Amino acid sequence: MDKNESKPFDAKERLKIKRHEMSSQPSEERRRNFKEVPYGYSPEEAVEEAKRCIRCKKPYCIEGCPVNINIPAFIKLIEDGDFLGAAKKIKETNSLPAICGRVCPQEDQCEKVCIIGKRKDTPSVAIGNLERFAADYEAEHGNVHIEIKTEKDKKIAVVGGGPAGLTVAGDLRKMGYSVSIFEALHQIGGVLMYGIPEFRLPKDILMRELNVLKDMGVKVFTNAVIGKTITVDELLEERGYDAVFIGTGAGTPKFLNIPGEELNGIYSSNEFLTRVNLMRAYDKSEYDTPIKIGKMLVVFGAGNTAMDSVRTGLRLGYDDARVFYRRSRKEMTARLEEVHHAEEEGIKFEFLINPVRFIGNESQNVTAVECLRMELGDPDESGRRKPVPIKGSEFTISIDAAVIAIGTNANPIVPNSTPGMDLNKWGHIIVDENTEKTTKKGVFAGGDISTGAATVILAMGAGKKAVVAINEYLETGIW
Amino acid sequence: MYEIVVKKSLGEGVNLYGIYAPDIASKVLPGQFVILRVSDKGERVPITVANADKKEKTITIMVQTLGKTTHMLSELNKGDSLSDVVGPLGVPTEIEKFGTVVCIGGGFGIAAVYPIAKALRDLGNNVISIIGARSKNLLLMENEMRSASSEILIATNDGSYGTKGIVTDVLRRLIYEDNLPINRVVAIGPVIMMKAVSDLTRERHIKTMVSLNPIMIDGTGMCGACRVLVDNKIKFACVDGPDFDGHLVDFDNLMSRLKFYKEEEKASYECHMKEHHNKV
Ligand SMILES: Cc1cc2nc3c(=O)[nH]c(=O)nc-3n(C[C@H](O)[C@H](O)[C@H](O)COP(=O)(O)OP(=O)(O)OC[C@H]3O[C@@H](n4cnc5c(N)ncnc54)[C@H](O)[C@@H]3O)c2cc1C
Ligand SMILES: Cc1cc2nc3c(=O)[nH]c(=O)nc-3n(C[C@H](O)[C@H](O)[C@H](O)COP(=O)(O)OP(=O)(O)OC[C@H]3O[C@@H](n4cnc5c(N)ncnc54)[C@H](O)[C@@H]3O)c2cc1C
Ligand code: SF4
Ligand code: SF4
Ligand code: FES
Repeated sequence: MDKNESKPFDAKERLKIKRHEMSSQPSEERRRNFKEVPYGYSPEEAVEEAKRCIRCKKPYCIEGCPVNINIPAFIKLIEDGDFLGAAKKIKETNSLPAICGRVCPQEDQCEKVCIIGKRKDTPSVAIGNLERFAADYEAEHGNVHIEIKTEKDKKIAVVGGGPAGLTVAGDLRKMGYSVSIFEALHQIGGVLMYGIPEFRLPKDILMRELNVLKDMGVKVFTNAVIGKTITVDELLEERGYDAVFIGTGAGTPKFLNIPGEELNGIYSSNEFLTRVNLMRAYDKSEYDTPIKIGKMLVVFGAGNTAMDSVRTGLRLGYDDARVFYRRSRKEMTARLEEVHHAEEEGIKFEFLINPVRFIGNESQNVTAVECLRMELGDPDESGRRKPVPIKGSEFTISIDAAVIAIGTNANPIVPNSTPGMDLNKWGHIIVDENTEKTTKKGVFAGGDISTGAATVILAMGAGKKAVVAINEYLETGIW
Repeated sequence: MYEIVVKKSLGEGVNLYGIYAPDIASKVLPGQFVILRVSDKGERVPITVANADKKEKTITIMVQTLGKTTHMLSELNKGDSLSDVVGPLGVPTEIEKFGTVVCIGGGFGIAAVYPIAKALRDLGNNVISIIGARSKNLLLMENEMRSASSEILIATNDGSYGTKGIVTDVLRRLIYEDNLPINRVVAIGPVIMMKAVSDLTRERHIKTMVSLNPIMIDGTGMCGACRVLVDNKIKFACVDGPDFDGHLVDFDNLMSRLKFYKEEEKASYECHMKEHHNKV
């Protein structure tokens, strides 16, 4: 690194530097493979991008990050060429930076409030890209082994191996507690494993993080459906756990509840993505779980799940993969970058369309979907303008498969088997917002199971709060 | 981890496996199932638990060799281990004092109906069992079923044992000729059998529970692959079932859903046989 470059220079000069976008696989190629889309920064690009940060006295970006990473501090370390130091800085508050750098909706969080981005013509500092760079650099060049200094004699059971559970497990283990993760599936990772596809979050990166946890001595029990295999009460009363953290995620898929939804070829996004990600159906020569490929795939929805499904469909080999959404582009909830990537890959988006029924053939395979066009009416409870059907606008389009990506409901297995733990009207576990305590003594919960479907970093943030409260509870014994 | 401690052939293409699975053995109730993976690149397949031994910490399953996964399973022996076994899944069968209950098992369904018959009988029900198979040598668990029933009736398609015909022929006789008062029917077997049984009992309003076997992945309500139409509503067989009221089930939809991946399953099976056995 050229040391001259790290000397301070004024904000005006910094503002002249253009934002560096990561270079990525050409869209023509990547639309048919499962390899990661952006390549990541080179060290030079990272240093250049880091120079764009003006190190605000009052850094709004920190407040914009749900786990309050000291963003200007880690960016400065990158600018100085101390990439391992940058990674360490980030890890003071975020144990999964390689993942967050890739999947956080930065434009709604840290980058949304970055002061640079508030000005006309200067996009915000690429905080997410820099975070990813530091984490990847550390994985390649650093020593990620973590020493546990003092062993404590208390045991915690973590239910569910998604981002919330992983955070709780990692942080409590670092404090010296004995921690066991109980995971229903045959692999931990939660949505990171079964939902988010390889081309957005390579499984190697996830495995790397999971191995760090195992290396630290976190015990992992897969194939353990809490509520079925073992109950929460049994963990506390029979298996000697002093506290339980529940991070079982958002759970169970919603369907449209329209005629024909039971036909073959209609998938929930969870099924479609699980077949491909967890079960690796795209690798037919190696793995056994099947998936069908046809000409036309339509995905209903507009969140990350819909983007992941439609881009997965394209990569599997569908000739045409489209998104139908009942509202307009403005209301889409997916990460901006994913929408751009999808469009570059040739995915068509059609707005203000609502499906009314699926049509099948004699083998009960779906062959078409009938839809209605919508227009935006008055705002609804959510403040968004409510789509209303346009009379006589029905049309039918031939399809080979449909994916329904319209959200999830809470999975009831843990709640129903855990007496004394209160739920809200949607079946989500009620927790104290500061401590993540449930109404049942010794039991904490956080992530999608208490908030409904949200984001990786919010689930991790909930995990962090729980860690503080669990530690306090175990030290004082006071609930 | 999940060691095979017993393996027995039960006749053509059906094996019994005893598997070491302490947590499941101590919890499982009649009507529940497990999901297993034979290898770490394998599919997740659901299999009913036919018996459990809490002391030995084992469960017993009976599996019909059909496609690649069940074939790979059949190639394992005592002492080998499965990659994954998770359970017990599903809602246990309703076991109450009903009076006279007819328990019907067809093919490998006999293995699934056995623990239910036993539990019903232990509670003091009058259990009449009807079990059927294509031929005498394919009939599973006759002795166990006999000991779990007040009366046992057998049907084989080829007439090699018991009544010549199918289980519904026997049931029809009980209902329509013998005018036997029946309080409940539990039927487990091929979908077509469960459909025929439900059609028979519908006219006489005899409550009939069937155990549905759609394609599953996670088995915890996460994916919705296992959805079935019951009373025209979508239900997830892995968490809402697998038992449902046979009079409300859309069996035709279930049959078509079971066939959806036929080509892919066939290709995967043939490829496996070619690679490992140089046959097909
Ligand atoms: C397809 C998809 C794409 C997404 N993309 C993004 C994105 O780009 N950026 C972003 O920030 N967020 C994204 N999200 C949302 C994000 O993944 C979730 O908000 C986050 O994973 C929630 O974390 P969690 O730990 O609460 O639960 P989960 O990740 O859902 O993990 C829960 C875990 O608990 C296990 N479990 C469930 N029940 C039991 C039980 N009874 N016993 C034992 N274990 C159990 C599950 O198998 C799972 O492993 C996406 C979600 C999906 C579905
Ligand atoms: C709740 C439940 C309990 C069951 N209990 C038993 C049992 O006790 N003994 C037994 O022999 N079989 C049982 N089955 C059926 C068993 O799961 C299938 O025979 C097995 O999955 C076939 O796998 P394969 O790879 O060998 O065959 P494949 O060639 O893959 O498939 C053969 C047929 O099995 C069905 N099938 C395929 N994959 C799955 C899947 N993932 N889930 C469910 N069905 C599938 C399909 O109809 C398919 O056409 C049960 C199924 C369910 C849902
Ligand atoms: S964790 Fe997410 S929100 Fe926080 S700084 Fe990183 S990318 Fe931004
Ligand atoms: S708000 Fe933007 S410019 Fe200011 S410190 Fe944060 S990243 Fe740097
Ligand atoms: S098997 Fe996935 S929801 Fe039932």
